[in-house]
Amino acid sequence: MNHSMDTPVAAPHTTTTNSAGRVMASVMAALAPATLFGFWLYGWPAVYLWLITVSFAMLGEAFCLRLTGRQAIPVLFDGSALLTGWLLAVSLPPWAPWWIGAFGGLFATVLGKQVFGGLGQNLFNPAMVARVALLISFPLQMTAWVAPLPLFSAAAPGLIDGLRITLTGAPPGFDAVASASLLGFAKTEMSRGLDLLQSLAQAPVPGWYGSHPGSMGETAALLIAAGGAAMMMLRLISWHIPFAMLAGIAVPAAILHAVDPARYLDAGTHLLSGGAMLGAFFIATDYVTSPNTPRGQLIFGAGCGLLTWVIRTWAGYPEGVAFAVLLMNSLTPIIDSYVKPRIYGRDRKGVALEPVK
Amino acid sequence: MGLFERIFKEPRWGVHPDDHKRPAADVPLRLLPPPARVYMPLHQHVGGAARPVVLAGQKVLKGQLLAEPQGNISAPIHAPVSGTVAAIGEVTAPHPSGLGFAAITLDSDFEDRWIDTARVADPFSLDPAEIVRLTAAAGVVGLGGATFPAAVKFVLGKRLAVKSLIVNGGECEPYLSSDDRIMRDHAGQVVDGARIVMHAIGAIEALVGIEDNKPEAIAAMRIAAAPFPEVKIMPVPARYPMGSDKQLIQTLTGKEVPADARAAEVGVLVHNVSTCAAVHTAVRLGRPLVERIVTINGGAVAKPGNIFAPLGTLVEELLAFCGLKETPSRLILGGPMMGTPLLHGRIPLVKGASGILAFDAGEALVPAAGPCIRCGGCTRACPMGLLPLEMAARIRTGDLDGAAGFHLTDCIACGCCAYVCPAHIPLVQYFSHAKGELSARQRARLRSDAAKRLAEARIVRLEREAKEKAEVAARRKAERKAAKAAAAAAAAAAQPEGETV
Ligand code: SF4
Ligand code: SF4
Repeated sequence: MNHSMDTPVAAPHTTTTNSAGRVMASVMAALAPATLFGFWLYGWPAVYLWLITVSFAMLGEAFCLRLTGRQAIPVLFDGSALLTGWLLAVSLPPWAPWWIGAFGGLFATVLGKQVFGGLGQNLFNPAMVARVALLISFPLQMTAWVAPLPLFSAAAPGLIDGLRITLTGAPPGFDAVASASLLGFAKTEMSRGLDLLQSLAQAPVPGWYGSHPGSMGETAALLIAAGGAAMMMLRLISWHIPFAMLAGIAVPAAILHAVDPARYLDAGTHLLSGGAMLGAFFIATDYVTSPNTPRGQLIFGAGCGLLTWVIRTWAGYPEGVAFAVLLMNSLTPIIDSYVKPRIYGRDRKGVALEPVK
Repeated sequence: MGLFERIFKEPRWGVHPDDHKRPAADVPLRLLPPPARVYMPLHQHVGGAARPVVLAGQKVLKGQLLAEPQGNISAPIHAPVSGTVAAIGEVTAPHPSGLGFAAITLDSDFEDRWIDTARVADPFSLDPAEIVRLTAAAGVVGLGGATFPAAVKFVLGKRLAVKSLIVNGGECEPYLSSDDRIMRDHAGQVVDGARIVMHAIGAIEALVGIEDNKPEAIAAMRIAAAPFPEVKIMPVPARYPMGSDKQLIQTLTGKEVPADARAAEVGVLVHNVSTCAAVHTAVRLGRPLVERIVTINGGAVAKPGNIFAPLGTLVEELLAFCGLKETPSRLILGGPMMGTPLLHGRIPLVKGASGILAFDAGEALVPAAGPCIRCGGCTRACPMGLLPLEMAARIRTGDLDGAAGFHLTDCIACGCCAYVCPAHIPLVQYFSHAKGELSARQRARLRSDAAKRLAEARIVRLEREAKEKAEVAARRKAERKAAKAAAAAAAAAAQPEGETV
């Protein structure tokens, strides 16, 4: 839009070259290394699932925009639907059937975002809304993790086999199938009466570099953290939410593990398992659904972390990041209305300062 | 450490726009020859408009008084060229939507003859009140853009016993370099002016804050201030809006000006470097403010730079002097962050104009606004600690009181929030609209209060009048009755005596 001199515009007359689309693109760039690594670890089924999830997320967005009579193309180009689908995809079991991705993608953008009024209006993180909906509706498929089977390794499914796995489910015979994630494993063993000291001896060891089963975002914890660090350096996100969330998980975990190692997993395992890293750097930091002030973000992050740990430790689900984030999302407006920055020349309550000579 | 600082040490406020200063700042100052015609607006300062004291057709010398101040806060206007008064009154704008302005129009005789002025060899031997008088008589106003009459501020500073004079050499607006240029070329005048102001207000030190992106100015000012330990040159980080009074005071002294209070109440007074130089000229040379340095910059300008020009020169003449590469897509009076868009170039240069920007098509491009993604960028950038996104969200739904609850009135309209917004939401436009609306409501409330008071007073008066009337009537009636009774009594008394009356 070029304004002629007949239509003066108000100051400022210069603006950042940044844009919403660029912000989304940068976040995706930070997420890309972990995703590519996940593709390599889990092979073609993971690639297909990612493609399907992302496409359906964008489809859902386009459909809603059409419905409300808005232009779909420019809004799709802001990349937010793509990012939502992407975040959902990397939190799914990589070999999940196609309809998990399709249903999840649609659910995320249609019910998670557009019904609230679109970008910036949703109260809850759309990717996590979809993930929880899937987890409740399809608990079996959502907890069927596979051990990594790197692309091009002998046992890995090829292009066509991979497609078959995504479309019709994994055929019996692939060694990879039906492994439990570490958190799920610990939970089932505990419920069988085995304590952690015994059960963890045969458990898959969590690692920074992806040797244990999990979602793509879980397995590549190191690359996720590196992507998060890159976002902090680019000032896309600040350190407050990730730091507070990881501390919220690690501190209670470390304390109770010290008290009773037979019943409580250690902090390191907690941090490297499940969606902790993905949640801390990419999910909880979602602008729309998290508080805006540094202090509010610390509270929010700590709440996410603490709830994650509580759900993992005491609730029925092995993983709690999605639930924790959604719960804290619902508190965001309250945090935002109570925790405000101090205004220049006023105290925290908004009362004018006393002049000091 | 670099990594750590990058992640954990975020500046508390402000933005860092591309400064675009060098193309104009590094070019030596140029002198504009007197234009054929100048237009001196009667109102180019905060306060009452000046009242003309010359007549059409009258010959005037450069620096001669054209219009005198009216009211407590006002400033006089002087002739920027020698010549003849061509007209007094409304100058119509050559544009359907442009408003005219009241001005004195002068035809130049191109001789540039000054009036005789009284020089002061030692201003420090003068009484401070005399400096106030000289500054006021010279029409010196805040040249950083605030245009508040300088002498009025001196009086205030003196009354509140201000300790530190803050000399604002921040010039944080991109593209502008008129303050930079005056510090590089006339550092001596700036320092001397600052010392004269100190004397006028009784300050014991002058803190000169200069953004560290102006090393040449800092060097020149250090040399000029070397003999005077009370004048301290203090480089400050280049960060917009460092040149805003409140932010500069905080950076230099650590003090915060309380909300709704004046800087003088925390013991400081801020004057711009160009204002100090103007005080020097006014007091030492007795010369009124009739010329200034103005930056001409922007992508459409062929030879950007700083021009020393008579006030009242038309913007289009200044642009023509520097040459235009293309028709400007936007003209701005002031800087790009807070400046006012101009509808056309037939506007005269005024005292508060530190720059004229002519943007090319690329610079004038306004990206389309999108929905707020709640990134919080605006909150981090706001130097006042406000929550622009929350205020904007409320203004959008018409909830102005809600926005006011977030202390909208503390907004200094610096534009940082709108500058950083990746959704390109015109936040400042929202805020100025809401502030205007709120103050209109406030005025309306005051007016209706006043009307109510008047109406109530009228009722009281009417009631009182009615009561008084009734009392008068009752008294009359009583009097009449009494008179009648008296007459009857008299008649009765007279009766026995028979027809003697
Ligand atoms: S900078 Fe713009 S997009 Fe970001 S929170 Fe503020 S208003 Fe919203
Ligand atoms: S809200 Fe006002 S003071 Fe804050 S950044 Fe925006 S314009 Fe500046």
